[in-house]
Amino acid sequence: MHHSIEVEDLHFSYPDGHVALNGATLSVAPGEKVALLGPNGAGKSTLILHLNGILKPTSGRVHVAGIDVPNCSKSELAKVRAAVGLVFQQPDDQLFSPTVFDDVAFGPIYQGLPESEVRARVRDALAAVKMSDYVDRVSHHLSVGQKKRIAIATVLSMKPDLLVLDEPTAGLDPRGRRELMHLLHELPQTMLISTHDLAMVRELLPRTIVMEGGRVVANGPTNEILADEVLLHAHGLEKP
Amino acid sequence: MLSSPAQMHVPDGFLTTTVSIVLWVLAVLAIVVALRRVGNDLGERQVPLMGVLAACIFAGQMLNFPVAGGTSGHLIGAALAAILLGPWAGILVLACVTGIQALIFQDGGLLAMGSNIVNMGVVSVFTAWGVYRIVQMAARGARWGMIVGGFAAAWISVVVASMAAALQLAASGASPANVAIPTMAGVHMLIGIGEGLITVGALSFLAATRRDLVSHDKTAAVAGRGVWIAGLVLAIGLAVASPLASTHPDGLERVAADIGFLDRAQSSPYKIFSDYMIPGIHNQALSTIVAGVVGVLLVFVVAYGVARMRRGANTAS
Amino acid sequence: MHVHFLDPYQDLRSPVHALDARVKLVLALVFILVVSLTPNGAWASLLLLFAVAVSAVLLAGLNVGYVLRRAGLALPFALAALPLVFTAPGARIELGATGISLSQIGIERLLSIFFKSYVSMQMAIVLASATSFPDLLQAMRAIRLPKLLVAIFGLMWRYLFVLVDEAMRLLRARDSRSGALDAARNVGGSISWRARSAGGMAGNLFMRSFERGDRIYDAMAARGYDGEVRSMRHPALSAQSLRVLVAGLVLLSVLFALPRLFA
Repeated sequence: MHHSIEVEDLHFSYPDGHVALNGATLSVAPGEKVALLGPNGAGKSTLILHLNGILKPTSGRVHVAGIDVPNCSKSELAKVRAAVGLVFQQPDDQLFSPTVFDDVAFGPIYQGLPESEVRARVRDALAAVKMSDYVDRVSHHLSVGQKKRIAIATVLSMKPDLLVLDEPTAGLDPRGRRELMHLLHELPQTMLISTHDLAMVRELLPRTIVMEGGRVVANGPTNEILADEVLLHAHGLEKP
Repeated sequence: MLSSPAQMHVPDGFLTTTVSIVLWVLAVLAIVVALRRVGNDLGERQVPLMGVLAACIFAGQMLNFPVAGGTSGHLIGAALAAILLGPWAGILVLACVTGIQALIFQDGGLLAMGSNIVNMGVVSVFTAWGVYRIVQMAARGARWGMIVGGFAAAWISVVVASMAAALQLAASGASPANVAIPTMAGVHMLIGIGEGLITVGALSFLAATRRDLVSHDKTAAVAGRGVWIAGLVLAIGLAVASPLASTHPDGLERVAADIGFLDRAQSSPYKIFSDYMIPGIHNQALSTIVAGVVGVLLVFVVAYGVARMRRGANTAS
Repeated sequence: MHVHFLDPYQDLRSPVHALDARVKLVLALVFILVVSLTPNGAWASLLLLFAVAVSAVLLAGLNVGYVLRRAGLALPFALAALPLVFTAPGARIELGATGISLSQIGIERLLSIFFKSYVSMQMAIVLASATSFPDLLQAMRAIRLPKLLVAIFGLMWRYLFVLVDEAMRLLRARDSRSGALDAARNVGGSISWRARSAGGMAGNLFMRSFERGDRIYDAMAARGYDGEVRSMRHPALSAQSLRVLVAGLVLLSVLFALPRLFA
């Protein structure tokens, strides 16, 4: 199967011995929009870092876009990294270049695209997040909401099939959050979104996966999971 | 709070072109070697880690503490960087900090940047690292090694770097050696105390929260033996050269005789200014400084000897 | 556009702002080199160089008073050169009956150092105020500084703002707990304690930066970073920039040669 995530019995421990993933299994089909819920420390962020090979599992399988990520070649890894657009929680970590242009162009440059194509990608990606006027700005002058949009543009410019977002609405004011949800709603890519924002999940994401203790504890249609108060309560979540 | 805290950064105009260019060449050589060494060690992480840590040292220099009379002390950071990152990464970080200070704040000249990189980066970092290693070896992992070593490394590196700057000024004919060296060193002996305390505070915090960051095996492996020997040679070289250069008494005596402020100067104690120095000339101070430097070197030698003996005993048993 | 105190760049429209950053960087550096090479006491040349610096300030549309004031920031350093007045050799000037005598050479050297420092500083201010740092980075790449070093510079500049904000938060948190420290009355612990607590904050900042460095690496790797620094090619220098560069270099060569022709 192509353009999708398949994770099977994934185990991972950090060098200090902390076990972050303990047999996680999940899959995302092409075109799906899936929420990843769970309390802090459930292993969501660690799982996300496996999807493009930044972390290597202790054991288990990770297939993304048909590629066996932990065991693939360098060129296949580059393909995976282009296919998976990872948007980190802190936009200040994601935006590491002096100007907005440099940041959005970073991925395409490392994909080895010719300059004219890089420029076109930057223009399209910024247009997609409605930030075209900010191309020459320096990142530290932007608001949190603007930074989050640019952060999404930095991966859109790589034309990914799959967007993986870590806490996209965290730290936004209500208007910023609303604008970001509009943007996510418009984007056509397959999505996996790690979040605590259950109201957004209900509005945007038809399927929900709940993690706790490094494994998946629930997986199903969002309306069923959000209706199950016992389940939500057991995993530190609150009904929106 | 509208500019970075001024330090002993030499502005343009003070050094002759020859001195500036020689120091630029030295700085470039050090940076090129450092890039290679750090690249080997950190690989792909070199750019993000060095960049963010250089920004960290810069920002850390804004963490000040009130001293007295409206003045304040603040971190310089060469010793901290050397201890936590090893000498090569330390040089790289301090070179970047010095470069940005000159480019953004005009704190230190552009032609004089080579000199400032050598003083703040190469000399401070090597000295600090050499001192820290030696105390560590003597302490053999005991906690006092971190505290004493951190303090000594910071203090000595600040003083030695200031002497290097003074020597360059003297070599450029911008300041008489017998005035520049003792006053620079004297002022920085006081500034160095603050630097030592801050460095110890930072190391203690890290030892309590992230022990792995202060474990020195890592840096030992990065650097190899040659480096701390180089650090020591550098420190001793400067320490010996400086008093030598400043013991030509005629200049000092003439000043004293001509303007007769020797008596006044002797009665006014040194004050820490947040930036540069005061031209307090001081016969008493000169001898104290020389004695201090000799004392520091003696401590060095003793600590080194102890470390060697213990190591010898270790391998023998 | 809001101005950050860490960023001296002034977003104005001026011929100097419009000039290619590569040309500006090279001309500023050569200017400072020429100032340094000008012999002490060559007052005519030094005045001409001062005039060039002030012209650059005016052309860049900067506030002359501001630049002249700010350029004085390095002057306290001249205290280091003050003793020259007494110690330098040569003819001496007796100051009446005070018994103090000054060296003519010493005075000349001191004033020259003062002046050179001041003029160089002006040009450095023009460069920083009329060139955005990202442009300066590109210029550094263009003059063949090591790519890794420029990349580190770029990252450093980006995170200066983030980390200085973090440092300010730490300071505010301390000050709000301890109240305004009154050093004179020794409130808020001994100096040693204060220094060590500032050190604790520095350690805290270091730890956070270290962790941030890892996260930034992850973000870079996720977008394909493989340790090699790549960037777009520089556009060729325009004919106009080239003309300015050549004209500037010719002017500076003349200023370099003048004191030597008339010496």
